Amino acid sequence: MDLYEYQAKELFADHGVAVIPGKVCFTPEQAQDAATEIGTMVVVKAQVKTGGRGKAGGVKLANNPSEARDRAQDILGLDIKGHIVHKVLVAEAAEITAEYYVSFLLDRTNRTFLAMASVEGGVEIEEVAVNNPEALAMIRVDAIQGCTVAKATEIVDAAKFPAQVREQVIEMLCNLWKVLVEEDATLVEVNPLAKIADGRVLALDGKVSLDDNAQYRHESHLALIDNSQTDAIELRAKEFDLNYVKLQGEVGIIGNGAGLVMSTLDVVAYAGEEFGGVKPANFLDIGGGASAQVMANGLDIVLGDPDVKAVFVNVFGGITACDAVANGIVQAVAMLAERGEPITKPIVCRIDGNNAIEGRRILDESGIALIERVETMDDAARRVAQLAAGK
Amino acid sequence: MAIFITANSKILVQGMTGSEGTKHTRRMVASGTNVVAGVTPGKGGQEVDGIPIFNSVGEAMAATGADVSVVFVPPKFAKAAVIEAIDAQIPLCVIITEGIAVHDTAVFFQYAQNSGKTRLVGPNCPGLISPGLSNAGIIPGDITQKGRIGLVSKSGTLTYQMMFELRDLGFSSCVGIGGDPIIGTTHIDCLAAFEADPDTDVIVMIGEIGGDAEERAAAFIKDHVTKPVIGYVAGFTAPEGKTMGHAGAIVSGSSGTAAAKKDALEAAGVRVGKTPSEAARLVREVLASR
Repeated sequence: MDLYEYQAKELFADHGVAVIPGKVCFTPEQAQDAATEIGTMVVVKAQVKTGGRGKAGGVKLANNPSEARDRAQDILGLDIKGHIVHKVLVAEAAEITAEYYVSFLLDRTNRTFLAMASVEGGVEIEEVAVNNPEALAMIRVDAIQGCTVAKATEIVDAAKFPAQVREQVIEMLCNLWKVLVEEDATLVEVNPLAKIADGRVLALDGKVSLDDNAQYRHESHLALIDNSQTDAIELRAKEFDLNYVKLQGEVGIIGNGAGLVMSTLDVVAYAGEEFGGVKPANFLDIGGGASAQVMANGLDIVLGDPDVKAVFVNVFGGITACDAVANGIVQAVAMLAERGEPITKPIVCRIDGNNAIEGRRILDESGIALIERVETMDDAARRVAQLAAGK
Repeated sequence: MAIFITANSKILVQGMTGSEGTKHTRRMVASGTNVVAGVTPGKGGQEVDGIPIFNSVGEAMAATGADVSVVFVPPKFAKAAVIEAIDAQIPLCVIITEGIAVHDTAVFFQYAQNSGKTRLVGPNCPGLISPGLSNAGIIPGDITQKGRIGLVSKSGTLTYQMMFELRDLGFSSCVGIGGDPIIGTTHIDCLAAFEADPDTDVIVMIGEIGGDAEERAAAFIKDHVTKPVIGYVAGFTAPEGKTMGHAGAIVSGSSGTAAAKKDALEAAGVRVGKTPSEAARLVREVLASR
């Protein structure tokens, strides 16, 4: 889960990382009140989970409370790379004298953690990495030893931080490492890390990604979840505990196993090229040993998507035998009918693997007219694309 | 010969007394695997289907000579279980558990590196099988047979799919390396092992979006692999920034895309199937031309 800037800064503050606190505002009036309370020149910042806010007009200075209201008015409702701004952060505008960059992130390639630091902050770090790679220090951090003072010193010296901020940045890095480990984050990034006129070094912005797998040991993280930008069908799927991602297409997809489902999306998209660019409408993995109930929930979610014109159920029976899978499909269709929501869209089924012959017989003899069984994955993808295209 | 596990492998199961552990132990035994022990702290002295349970990996190894551990322990306790296995210096530890926090994996992976005695496979993987010889994990043992194809894959069901499609030809070993951001055994480790394995003639490598493991594997193939490699990559239609089922399957910005992986593999001389079936067909072509 990616956090908003204000949430990231709250976590920073909890772990001793120096920040300028601000107020989250949902209306221009709230922004005005916040600026009045702060009593100085303020910055009004769009809270969206994407970069490039400044360029998109999502970060503005305001000299007084009424300007803060006007700037908030400008920013609220902006569309920044597809993210609509629903809230702004109003904070004291500091007088910046230097902008740096620091981050810790999971380094998949080296299977450890990586510290990145640069005295050229305030711009996109990817640009620094490309245009001026010597200015970006990258130092591996051992997962067991962590970021000790010695390691932080190594990072700061590698990035050539000036002497007058050295000690502050070392302390900042040690505290940021605490955020990474104690909050189970896969990324903590501060850009800019700013030196302000009074000499202090502060995190003026913050980016944090949390590991969903570690949710169980962070009850407080539940409060950070914001579903206001989440697709309605994805939310419903989450309630069923289904692994679902909404896509822009017409063919509903249900399969077992993440790899097979990803592969199914691709095969449908290839087949769809022949039928005017028909595409998959979703990713839905119902997992290895999916029961009839899980299949019914999956069909319910996918058939409930108005974009879906036809459904492709692609199951390989490995651990679960195909007869159980076929029974699951038949029961799922019956369950939906009992609920008063009989299926109205064609369902193309391909089942293969353990006990495939018995599974196919069950589907063929089910008497469900809208179920069409096709032998191979490639042929089934072609058929479902054709049905979705209305041909 | 096969890679990593053979007919001589003696397997212990950490978490054997749990429902998944018991179910899959039975399946492993049914496919001819020599399962010698289970480990569940506090349940030492009990038995599951006549297999003795021990309180610790160390005790189990001392009593039975086990040299492979398969871990079914729930995510919360997995780190402690894996570290226990590493401390006991078991040569191979296969972590089936899905949903382990990546900080835990980072720590036990580093711990294994420091010890230098234990190879980790997974986590979040189906394990590995050398058909007809041994089966360490949850890969169905009866969908293929022994043969001369080596298979390495991030995905479980795509592994099964490929094993099944090519069941008439059969496999030396199939390794499901797992879909998490940090995994103990990589495509490269398996490619190197298959290259050295006299019982493997052709290698199938299945990848998916996220990270750069496939690109690195491509570079390795170019320099170190003489056997033919057939590739398949899943996730061409995956949108940027969305996790597709596996915790590690995510396109971040322009990195980790399926297209980049396919291009890298093809540049290294690997023939890449557009669909799993096409990849299977390419394997047949290669074997027929030998």
